[in-house]
Amino acid sequence: MKLAYWMYAGPAHIGTLRVASSFKNVHAIMHAPLGDDYFNVMRSMLERERDFTPVTASIVDRHVLARGSQEKVVDNITRKDKEERPDLIVLTPTCTSSILQEDLQNFVDRASITSNSDVILADVNHYRVNELQAADRTLEQIVRYYLEKACKQGTLDQSLTEEPSANIIGIFTLGFHNQHDCRELKRLLQDLNIKVNKIIPEGGSVKDLQNLPKAWFNLVPYREVGLMTAIYLEKNFGMPYISVTPMGIVDTAECIRQIQKHINNLVSNKTFDYESYIDQQTRFVSQAAWFSRSIDCQNLTGKKAVVFGDATHAASITRILAREMGIRVSCTGTYCKHDAEWFKEQVQGFCDEILITDDHTEVGDMIARIEPSAIFGTQMERHIGKRLDIPCGVISSPVHIQNFPLGYRPFLGYEGTNQIADSVYNSFTLGMEDHLLEIFGGHDTKEVITKSLSTDTDLTWNYESQLELNKIPGFVRGKIKRNTEKFARQNNITNITVEIMYAAKEALSA
Amino acid sequence: MSNKISETLTFECETGNYHTFCPISCVAWLYQKIEDSFFLVVGTKTCGYFLQNALGVMIFAEPRYAMAELEEGDISAQLNDYEELKRLCLQIKKDRNPSVIIWIGTCTTEIIKMDLEGMAPKLENELNIPIVVARANGLDYAFTQGEDTVLAAMAHRCPEHVDKKKLIQDSNIQDFFSFLSLEKKKEVTDKQFVKSKKNPPLVLFGSLPSTVASQPSSELKRQSVQVSGWLPAQRYTDLPSLGNKVYVCGVNPFLSRTATTLMRRRKCKLIGAPFPIGPDGTRAWIEKICSVFGIKTEGLETREKQIWKNLKDYLDLVRGKSVFFMGDNLLEISLARFLIRCGMIVYEIGIPYLDKRYQAAELLFSQNTCRDMSIPMPRIVEKPDNYNQIQRMRELQPDLAITGMAHANPLEARGINTKWSVEFTFAQIHGFTNARDILELVTRPLRRNNNLENLGWNNLTKKEKKNKFN
Repeated sequence: MKLAYWMYAGPAHIGTLRVASSFKNVHAIMHAPLGDDYFNVMRSMLERERDFTPVTASIVDRHVLARGSQEKVVDNITRKDKEERPDLIVLTPTCTSSILQEDLQNFVDRASITSNSDVILADVNHYRVNELQAADRTLEQIVRYYLEKACKQGTLDQSLTEEPSANIIGIFTLGFHNQHDCRELKRLLQDLNIKVNKIIPEGGSVKDLQNLPKAWFNLVPYREVGLMTAIYLEKNFGMPYISVTPMGIVDTAECIRQIQKHINNLVSNKTFDYESYIDQQTRFVSQAAWFSRSIDCQNLTGKKAVVFGDATHAASITRILAREMGIRVSCTGTYCKHDAEWFKEQVQGFCDEILITDDHTEVGDMIARIEPSAIFGTQMERHIGKRLDIPCGVISSPVHIQNFPLGYRPFLGYEGTNQIADSVYNSFTLGMEDHLLEIFGGHDTKEVITKSLSTDTDLTWNYESQLELNKIPGFVRGKIKRNTEKFARQNNITNITVEIMYAAKEALSA
Repeated sequence: MSNKISETLTFECETGNYHTFCPISCVAWLYQKIEDSFFLVVGTKTCGYFLQNALGVMIFAEPRYAMAELEEGDISAQLNDYEELKRLCLQIKKDRNPSVIIWIGTCTTEIIKMDLEGMAPKLENELNIPIVVARANGLDYAFTQGEDTVLAAMAHRCPEHVDKKKLIQDSNIQDFFSFLSLEKKKEVTDKQFVKSKKNPPLVLFGSLPSTVASQPSSELKRQSVQVSGWLPAQRYTDLPSLGNKVYVCGVNPFLSRTATTLMRRRKCKLIGAPFPIGPDGTRAWIEKICSVFGIKTEGLETREKQIWKNLKDYLDLVRGKSVFFMGDNLLEISLARFLIRCGMIVYEIGIPYLDKRYQAAELLFSQNTCRDMSIPMPRIVEKPDNYNQIQRMRELQPDLAITGMAHANPLEARGINTKWSVEFTFAQIHGFTNARDILELVTRPLRRNNNLENLGWNNLTKKEKKNKFN
């Protein structure tokens, strides 16, 4: 047992449901007790979905415990088949069905005889994988199912499209800025004169999956979901894939160069050269390269930041901060423990330390210890930042409704670099403001300084030291206060004067 | 009484394929209500994920609840439940020092038959902290019934009510043994008896925010009825005493297990009354309590009239409009009754579970309300089927659907006004003064959409889906 207050990645079935409900006309049936259909609420509220979420539960209640599901699951599948006429029904196990150990595959086999829809059982184990791993697995499972089916029926057409084309794999519902990223990727491919063959799972139809091998290559923008599918397609259909996340200027260029390499491998009569496009975009279309050169960004030089999130976003943002903006990343980390090796390799040399954990208290303690000028993390880090009075930019799931903006906010591609630059810049206290605050001793001199997170009542600040403390710019004031109090406590001083403050400062720098 | 009702009321029962919150969500309001408690939900990641998302920002405020997340080793019994729970509870005791730890059993603990009730007393002795076990799982219960299981479990922990006369006799004997403990005891009982001269001890059950809880108490006080305690109290250490001389009355419609426990196990006398939701319900509730104690009520009619008068602006908005309750929190019968009194037409009352005995007075009151307003009693659908309900709604086109969040946005996109039902469980809806809050909630979509009505984009679904209502 584990004492847990908060988790970064959800349970396995959420991943399966996210993939299933992203496809068009696919219905998921959860084998779950009443109340486990909370996924529908999340999709309806966070994504502001207009349509009913195609997820229902085959309810596990006391009777099911006593005598098994019997006809219930099969009935629910055939009923849904009649009501909604989906192309595919995905029976989704939950933690409950994992331990009931009913023969769900048997239900699926029986139901698929009577129903017009295809029926499959999501092959995920609640106790072994998390939301992201399950999503990756389910996507591969569905793709494999339809390609094998097409092979068997002899309808599989493996000829490549005439013009270069790509599949985008891994865009799906409740993903962090996925819809915007998808639009940006389509635009990028269009600029390169590459047709988009299929985008899966978002908005795709399972009937079209047999056309996947027609594309020249697969693009997997996110590390977490889609790689298994891409590897399967490479192994069985010889399709190359690109897994460099086009986030940030350098990596976007790298991604485009890999595309160029793969395409040139496939054509003999001409060569594609995207270098001038990369150059043009980098220097003039994206503002990020110019921004990091502009004097504004000078103020960010060497400022300390902490990054935490899923593997894709945390790794990319770390590299952008360190490599493209000259910010010092004191610590970077991810909750994708299953992918720790890859992550460490990616951020090697771009940060001082690496933290792999899914325990938010560890992340909180790390942030408190480092006291960075800004945090880039998930909603949890945003709240840690609030408590410590450190600004935070949200760069990764898990997210709240405000991270599903209506406006266009991609993280990928060239427009993505602009969005990231804005978000980074706005997270740090603005340079000039910073400067002025220091000169004029802060603008909120009436602030009650005893009101703070630290619960120490044993220390008193005399009038002069309070004045002095107020002169310190707001964003470091808490830190100075804590350091001074720490120093005072170490030296058994209860009354803090200006002298003590300076002694503390000296002690610290010594 | 239940016979009389079933003659005229029709109850239907559907498939139970409906959306509602998991009953473990009760920790959200109960940990706030019982200030010195700590709730430990013994379950899986699924439970944790639900709580984390359903409770939104609360999760960041260092709440006094946590998951004991079961891992594979716990399921396959490679780890010892008792030792594991002991380890976690020790940590909780060390970090938070609560007066009580409440274990919430979940579906998983049911299925693997973890003997929480057996382990709790042992661990309680070992750690020297009360451990209350409530099985609030999705296999058996829906949403607010979670509170019911917790309160039913707590009812066992309430001190035994001691008769005053008997106490004096006993006290002479006890005098020999311990002077100190007697004084403590006397203080407690005195507090209850000095005030309540007119009526025998009355304990109200149901968790209300403390601001709301004081209102029914003071309404009763106006009729010179003294409330001797609440289950739950603000603190676990202040639980009311119970016994065969004690009368109990519920304030919420979903507390049937608690009522049963109070009657059968604690020998209390249950006052079956309509629930104090809406001015009509509040008045009927007070009248019923007073009639049991043989007290004649004063000024209630004028008080009710005054409240209705103050609601006039909202009543004008809702009169003649139709409502459809999809059903997910068991407040539906009382809310529908109030809305019918407000002049609305109720097409359907979906409800997860209906205890016809515990809700008997409310059902009778609803029937009378329908008769007074001369409309037919709406159909009551137990364990509804959301898919079928949506088909019915498509036929009926109600002016307002009271529904869970899973359906709210899709219905709005199809031009049907919705009110998110969970808000009724978190808002203050009890007593005379809060009637306005209920109507504030009910009319909000109507008022909002009045403003948008003429813009011409009420149906916001894609064309091909326009006729397909699902």
